[in-house]
Amino acid sequence: MAEPFLSIQHVRKSFGATTVVQDFNLDVEPGEFVSFLGPSGCGKTTVLRMVAGFEEPSAGKIVVAGKDITRLKPNQRNVGMVFQAYALFPNLTVAQNIAFGLKVAGMPKADADRRVAEMLDIIKLPQMGDRYPYQLSGGQQQRIALARAIAPKPKLLLLDEPLSALDAKVRVSLREEIRSIQKKLGITTIFVTHDQEEALSISDRIAVMYGGKAEQVGTPFEIYNRPATKFVANFVGTLNVLEGTVTDAASGKVQVNTQEVSLKGKLNGSKSGDTLSLALRPEAISLGRQPGRDSSLSGEISEVHFLGSVIRVRVGIGGSTVSLDTFNSPATPPPAVGEKAEISFSSGDMLVLH
Amino acid sequence: MKGGRFWAWVVFILGAAYFFIPLIATVEFSMRMRRGAYSFDAYQIVLGDARFQATFLYSVVAAIFTIILGVLIVVPAAYWIRLRLPQIRPIVEFITLLPLVIPAIVIVFGYIRMYGSNSPLPFLASDMGTNALLVVGYATLALPYMYRAVDTGLRTIDVRTLTEAAQILGAGWGTIITRVILPNVLIAVLSGAFLTFAIVIGEFTMASLLNRPAFGPYLQNIGANRAYEPAALAIIAFVITWGCMSLIQILSRFAPRSSNRPN
Repeated sequence: MAEPFLSIQHVRKSFGATTVVQDFNLDVEPGEFVSFLGPSGCGKTTVLRMVAGFEEPSAGKIVVAGKDITRLKPNQRNVGMVFQAYALFPNLTVAQNIAFGLKVAGMPKADADRRVAEMLDIIKLPQMGDRYPYQLSGGQQQRIALARAIAPKPKLLLLDEPLSALDAKVRVSLREEIRSIQKKLGITTIFVTHDQEEALSISDRIAVMYGGKAEQVGTPFEIYNRPATKFVANFVGTLNVLEGTVTDAASGKVQVNTQEVSLKGKLNGSKSGDTLSLALRPEAISLGRQPGRDSSLSGEISEVHFLGSVIRVRVGIGGSTVSLDTFNSPATPPPAVGEKAEISFSSGDMLVLH
Repeated sequence: MKGGRFWAWVVFILGAAYFFIPLIATVEFSMRMRRGAYSFDAYQIVLGDARFQATFLYSVVAAIFTIILGVLIVVPAAYWIRLRLPQIRPIVEFITLLPLVIPAIVIVFGYIRMYGSNSPLPFLASDMGTNALLVVGYATLALPYMYRAVDTGLRTIDVRTLTEAAQILGAGWGTIITRVILPNVLIAVLSGAFLTFAIVIGEFTMASLLNRPAFGPYLQNIGANRAYEPAALAIIAFVITWGCMSLIQILSRFAPRSSNRPN
């Protein structure tokens, strides 16, 4: 296997008696786009700030391109960073902002001007060089901040919730733009976000963090479809969780409420009588018996929300509620609240949470 | 509604009268040196007086050194407190207010006792030492104004993020302070500088007790011995102070606007 470009090894960070990051490990390949996803206070920004050099790890080391940078100052790391609050220098024009890092590095003016023009073209704001930051919208300011970060050709690009301060529409377009620029330049990137949709849509891999630890590191497909822990399953996407009791471990029989489902081969290590949390994504459930779905449960429809192309239905099964989406069909009216209903799914789609 | 406006005008006119009548009276008196006619004779005498020029120049030079000393102490200190030690800000604010509470005469007697010619640090044994001590004393007197001006300037920018943004782009502390922080608080620093200038130009106690040929003691001396010239000097000092205040107002229009706003 090729040497990782960025290697975060056994990193821990404590502030006084509080440990905010514990034994964090991650290898990032060259050109890879990795997102740190997690709720507030999970330590994702702290890890990013340690990679940037703004915080010093209490233990562990950070290696970039084979060089240990753990104790290097931020200005010696050749890392680019985009901040949530844009952080453009208000006294400098857009062009001067982008040229800042180039000037600090001692690049001749003619070369710096050429690089600034190139950057403005990449972020599709070629006419904005003479403007001041306060004359730009939030989206434009963040694009300038991105251009400023990548202008000195850093080894690593760090994005600290760069889209959080923007409105929803700009957020979607800018994240696609960031991803396309990152791909074009092939720059290894760490992206911190608490927005799962953002992380799922643009990352090569995601590190889902909780309580200062990486709960799971994997591709968006793996994270969504094969969550390793209960937290990951709950945090990423919508999930229906049902409590079940193993009735026959050998044949994989599990009792949910008063009904039985078969989960053969998925109960690794569970014994008869054990209680399990079983999870199903809404898109894995159909209303009524469907061909190809080997398991089913009966319940009563408790809520129906007509959303246009989709109808969201909630079905009460014992003490739990299962949410599922069905497509609207003009020929068939939506189900009514109080109706008895059967839901079907493939036992293979059911996740057993540990 | 109409009644409210009427009383507002009454209050405004009374306030303006309280402010302007003594001023007009002083201007009028300062121009009555020549019998039976208004003239600028008092101004000509004052401005032509070699002691006026010497003391004014002395105080201007002292003010410039005080401003430089104040900026060198206050800008890095206020910046560092905002960046790394926000918890000690209330303590520092209290310390910077002390010169308003402790009279200048107490400070200067302390200096005389501490730095007299027989002390281990005999600043007062030479003219240059005494001048240096006077500048230090002036910087102390101006501290509440300089610190507040700079701190207010720093409050308008996101000091921490701007510092980090500059650091990650390769900048060292010198570059960060000179190219990022100082330009963004320059107007605030200038406000502090002009306030310092206004304080130093009129200061009497320290300069007098340290026996320095400054403008304040000269004002007092003229005031005690002449009739029309003190009024002319008062007006000149007033114009200088107002000139400084106007410059603050004009310069504040050029303050860089913050870019840290949501979309």
